[in-house]
Amino acid sequence: MKRSLLILVIALTSVAAFAQRRIDGRVSDSATGEALIGATVAVKGSSSGTTTDTGGNFTLTVPDNQAVLSVTYTGYEAFETVVGTQSRVDIMLKPSTTLMDEVVVIGYGKQIRSTLTGNIAKVGGDNLKAMPVVSVEQALQGQAAGVFVESVNGKLGGAMRVRVRGIGSINAGTEPLYVIDGIPIAKDARNTAGAPLNPLADLNFNDIESIEVLKDASAKAIYGARGSNGVVIITTKSGQSGRTRIELDVQAGASMPTGKREFLNAAEYYELFQEAARNSDDIDGLPYDDVDSWTTFLTIKEYSDGTPGRLYRYSGFRDDYLTPVDRTDWQDEALRTGSVKNANLSFSGGNDKVRYFASGNWSDNTGILISNDMEKMGGRLNLDFDATKRLKIGVNLNLSRTLTHQVSNDNAFSTPIQLVALAPFTPLRDDNGQLYDRPVTTYYNGLIEVEDGFRKVFTFRTIASIYGDYKFTEHLGLRVEGAGNFYNVRDDAKFGERTDSGNDSRGSGYSAFAGATDWNTNAVLHWNNDFDRHSFGFDIGTEFFKSEYTRTYVEGEGFPNDEFKTLEAAATIVDGTSTITNYSFLSYFGRLSYNFDRKYLFNVSARTDGSSRFGKDNRYAFFPAVSAGWVLSEEDFLKENNTLSFLKLRASWGISGNADIGNFQSLGLYEAGGYNGNSTLNPAQIPNPDLTWEKSTEVDFGLDFGLFKNRLSGEIDYYVKNTSDLLLDVPVPATSGFTTQTQNIGELQNKGVEFTLNSNNLVGKFTWTTSLNLAANKNKVVSLAGGQTIIDDGSNMNVVKVGQPIGVFYGPDYAGVDPANGDALWYVNEADDNGNILDPTATTNVYDEANFVVLGSPMPDLIYGLDNTFSYAGLTLNVRFQGQSGNEIQNGGGNFMSCGACWFDNQTRDQLDRWQKPGDITDVPQARLYYGNGEQVRSSRYLSDGSYLRLKNVTLAYDFPARIFGKSGIRDLRLYVTGTNLLTFTKYEGWDPEVTTDYLASNTIYGVDFYAAPQPKTIVAGLRIGF
Amino acid sequence: MKINKLWLTALLALGLAACNKELNLEPAQNISEELALSTDANVKSVLLAAYDGLALDGLFGGNTMRDAELLGADGEILWVGTYEAPRAVFNHQQIANNSEAENMWVDAYYTINICNNVLGALDVVNEADRTQVEGEARWIRAMAYFQLVQFYGQAYQPGGNNSQPGVPIVLTPTRKIDEGSFVTRNTVEECYAQILDDLAKAKTLLPEENGVQASKFVAAATMARVYLQMGRYTEARDEANTVIESGFYTLVSDFAAEWNNDDNSSEDIYAVQISSQDFIESTMVTFYSIPAFGGRDGDIEIMQKHLDLYDPGDARLALHYSGAGANRTGKWRDQYRNQPVIRLAEMYLIRAECNTRLGTSVGAPADDDYNTTHTRAGLTAKSGVTLDDILLERRLELAHEGHRIHDIKRLKGTADGLNWDDNKLLYPIPAREIEANKGLEQNPGY
Repeated sequence: MKRSLLILVIALTSVAAFAQRRIDGRVSDSATGEALIGATVAVKGSSSGTTTDTGGNFTLTVPDNQAVLSVTYTGYEAFETVVGTQSRVDIMLKPSTTLMDEVVVIGYGKQIRSTLTGNIAKVGGDNLKAMPVVSVEQALQGQAAGVFVESVNGKLGGAMRVRVRGIGSINAGTEPLYVIDGIPIAKDARNTAGAPLNPLADLNFNDIESIEVLKDASAKAIYGARGSNGVVIITTKSGQSGRTRIELDVQAGASMPTGKREFLNAAEYYELFQEAARNSDDIDGLPYDDVDSWTTFLTIKEYSDGTPGRLYRYSGFRDDYLTPVDRTDWQDEALRTGSVKNANLSFSGGNDKVRYFASGNWSDNTGILISNDMEKMGGRLNLDFDATKRLKIGVNLNLSRTLTHQVSNDNAFSTPIQLVALAPFTPLRDDNGQLYDRPVTTYYNGLIEVEDGFRKVFTFRTIASIYGDYKFTEHLGLRVEGAGNFYNVRDDAKFGERTDSGNDSRGSGYSAFAGATDWNTNAVLHWNNDFDRHSFGFDIGTEFFKSEYTRTYVEGEGFPNDEFKTLEAAATIVDGTSTITNYSFLSYFGRLSYNFDRKYLFNVSARTDGSSRFGKDNRYAFFPAVSAGWVLSEEDFLKENNTLSFLKLRASWGISGNADIGNFQSLGLYEAGGYNGNSTLNPAQIPNPDLTWEKSTEVDFGLDFGLFKNRLSGEIDYYVKNTSDLLLDVPVPATSGFTTQTQNIGELQNKGVEFTLNSNNLVGKFTWTTSLNLAANKNKVVSLAGGQTIIDDGSNMNVVKVGQPIGVFYGPDYAGVDPANGDALWYVNEADDNGNILDPTATTNVYDEANFVVLGSPMPDLIYGLDNTFSYAGLTLNVRFQGQSGNEIQNGGGNFMSCGACWFDNQTRDQLDRWQKPGDITDVPQARLYYGNGEQVRSSRYLSDGSYLRLKNVTLAYDFPARIFGKSGIRDLRLYVTGTNLLTFTKYEGWDPEVTTDYLASNTIYGVDFYAAPQPKTIVAGLRIGF
Repeated sequence: MKINKLWLTALLALGLAACNKELNLEPAQNISEELALSTDANVKSVLLAAYDGLALDGLFGGNTMRDAELLGADGEILWVGTYEAPRAVFNHQQIANNSEAENMWVDAYYTINICNNVLGALDVVNEADRTQVEGEARWIRAMAYFQLVQFYGQAYQPGGNNSQPGVPIVLTPTRKIDEGSFVTRNTVEECYAQILDDLAKAKTLLPEENGVQASKFVAAATMARVYLQMGRYTEARDEANTVIESGFYTLVSDFAAEWNNDDNSSEDIYAVQISSQDFIESTMVTFYSIPAFGGRDGDIEIMQKHLDLYDPGDARLALHYSGAGANRTGKWRDQYRNQPVIRLAEMYLIRAECNTRLGTSVGAPADDDYNTTHTRAGLTAKSGVTLDDILLERRLELAHEGHRIHDIKRLKGTADGLNWDDNKLLYPIPAREIEANKGLEQNPGY
């Protein structure tokens, strides 16, 4: 009895001893083994709990063996386990697959998507990886709702237009702010001549972990005076502790133009031009064989003074010049099949103290345009180091070097595409093998530039940043970052004696060196804590940014011969200059976020920016934002709903700014000049001490939903963004001594709807996912400077007009052809004082009598992307479409290439539909050499629908099953084929509907095709192997 | 721990406060207004910019002279160039947005504002040079206003009250755009009063010798020209006499030697200094000359009607040449040469005209002054010259030099069938100016 009692006592005490005990363990990522820092480990149904330390370790007291551990970590699936008798519990968490739980990078922090109150689009690195395009923006095209991306033409490394939620400014910048690993990166093209190059082209997007686009005011107001055009946050990969991973990706392929234009062959050229000459002779009342006739001008061999006739001349002075012979396809001379070679190697890994990601990349592209090549190489090292339990430090270092063989801008005779103007019967080379130039070619033969000249642009970039992250307590931390962005561009060009720019000077050349240095430092104090179900986050920080840009330029002429490539050999230095400019920002910001039980969400943020660019009376700008969210699906009445798994309503309001203006626009300035050999000081700019940022006030209403356990999820947003205090060059009385002053005046509005849908259509062995994004934006100029209703530069068809979208096409409306006489007609469109058109059917054949009307907009109404991924047994097929609709494109070269043989440029084949005899019904007027007929390029005749749908990307990949690798060390192996721009559906008859000629591209001029190179269509095969 | 945190935050705040001054960046390509007007040397450089302003296309870079000829062409010269704005001026079809009318207005007020800046910053100029700097700025300002009032306001009427609108008078430097910037037109009377005031002060303040810049006698010569235009012959005669009797200038013996010079001739009282280095080109050469000499396409042709006015032996006729299919004047033939604006011959002819009109012979009898230029042109001396003789002599001696329309107006003549006071012999107030300053009164007919 006594003994049994003892046993009982022992048993009881032992139970008591086991009942309250300490356990320890580690929480890590199930895929990578990386420690998860700050994961919550709690005992279910009790108040006891803890968070993991920097090694992912935790220690916890549990009440008994039946205790259930609940482990949660942002971005991972929650996990529960019974403790049992274990004293050490290691827990592997699986990354969450539902979008609601994904981690999103926000300004100066991170947040879980379900608690967001703003609108942020995220594109994961996997969606960018291995795309055979040059720049990261191209990879982004069609992947995020409301983010418009356009390559202005198909030149390698050429400028990109990126617009988040429409065009936000008339004179200040319209590109979003790019922030790479916390550092704002300026996006100004720094090459000296030729078409502007995209400075982001040197970024290796295989290094990118994710791209977040901050779209609404609550998300971007934390970036204050630089946020109004949206913010693109690019985060590069970092290492994870565990076994070293090596990944090698190589790909090679070919590219070709997406489209060609059809031009006349020799026989058609002869037919059309002889007809045009006869028509002009009829106008002059001259017999066709008259010595002064146009027909004679075209067909005579030589006039008595030795001047050759045009056909004789353009045929290369061949005796059989009256017989049309196709000698050169000039379009084929300009375009070629390009090639793409990319290699990317990365290493990552680490232990519980140090983690690293290192990569190197090399790519070699030969463009679809002759003489347009690009070679890139770069490397990256991202290091994170746990110095102490509290202090984490890290370094990101990125080096890149790019060499672009550039071609001249679209407006130069030397740009390859302008070769299409030359006659099809003009021979390419003479008997000595030398390229023909004028007078045999109609214009300068740009191929001479390819043979006897070069334009090389070297860019060298280093982005280096260091950070320190110190945890005072588990709730309070301070992160300090310092970064430098060194961007240097060297342009070297040389044009030989036969080239256009070198032929009157025995060769010419230039060398330019431009360097931009940006410094950025910031410090942010983070605090977050949960009190029961109340969750608080608070950040306060400060940032300083300074940028300096310098450039030197030297130009020389007179080289001994074409073999000399540098200016040392130039006999005369004809130009030399150096410039310096700089600007700075000093900012303070704060953010408070609160949620109750992840159900009611609130967020307030504010930023104050001071900038050297602002006037001294208006130096500091304040940008507040508030937002709230309500997760209805957490409410009791929806919690048990089987269909609706997630539902959140969001609303936000905030102000952001646009400080992307000239550096010294607020100051009264004098510039240097000269008179009679003495230097002078001339007034150059009137001060405007009130000058300040443009201000955008934006509201956004959003709805996030998830259905069927979030297999179907999406977002719908409606926004209105009003931009005021536009920076305009306002005409002032010249009696002041100045003609314009930059003032903050005028307003514009963007409003629209965005829709995103993600669906896991099929799960299991065969999976199929779909994602769709759509965005419709309406842009309207609300007001300009007092009383001003239009800004019209007098030549381009794009204008800024009150009540219309920025850049709307404005000019005479083409009314077709008079069937009686073949004259081009325009609608008169005479309006009364109220603006009502008196007679909408009245037409005139006199261009100057036609009143200007709005003809269409270059801005699409709708942009969209559709992505489908299918996979089965290691095979994956990804198909992505991208498109836009509702915009018009102007053929800005129509007055040369489609003008009814108005001069000797080869014509597009549609000109064969010309009016020939009374009664002919056609849109193409009678052809008239020299006189022209409806050839004025500012008219709706040269506008066409620019809508398109494009098969942007197709990837077919096969992942070999892991079992076949055995002990070889290979972790995964993928073979793939990727194609970009494979198919384009459009009614546009030019080369490619994705176009804005580079020499005109601006906030207000776009959607103009002026001999712009088509986009490349690229197919590559690749291999990715991981160890 | 709490203490640590506080310290850190305070340190950071301090560190960043130090960055505050980094917001006051100064441009390297330009200098601020304050700096430009803060030192003796800088203000003098600004003064040189005013000379540069006077040499702009819209002023004595050429257009004010060219357009005075085009407006008064009357079949003696022909505009054949492709530029629309001068063609409209030539055809008397100019409209309010004519770019020539805009250029002159903009260039003149740009120059005036520079003068106003110099005049507003005299206190930083070395005391010894202060009067001279003031005199030069006043003279340049007067030159600009004189061109403006002649082109934009109806002609001055001797003895009239001249209340017709002239141009706005702005005498203070522009520091900002405010209500005060929206000026209205002063009367022609007020404009001339301002011009004479500036010139009289300039004449007192300026030294007798000042290189190629404004001197006492440059101011006096300008006054002679202004008084003549006002019909105040006594003053015009006396100012011209002052210049002639100063002894600083002598006629070159060969008429042709007065033209296409790199340096001022002994006859030049004021000439725009032009060289290939200063980015100043003479638009007189651009439009009057031909490609062989650096001109455009020979946009202005000299017609037989003009050549018929000369005696066959006249050296001034001989200076004309044939080129690019038409007759040209040799006065504006070569590129990058100085461009005479006021020369001694004009002073002789002003003195002669005024002495004749007044029945006096101050300085010299009218016959002598007439014969000074007449015989220099290789013609035989004449006695008993009449006013008409002198006016013809003036017309031939000063042909193509920007006097024609102003002479037609003061002599109440006609041009191309238009009466001297026809609105189409005036420039419109530029459309852009009316747009920017709604209160500004437009000239009738535009």
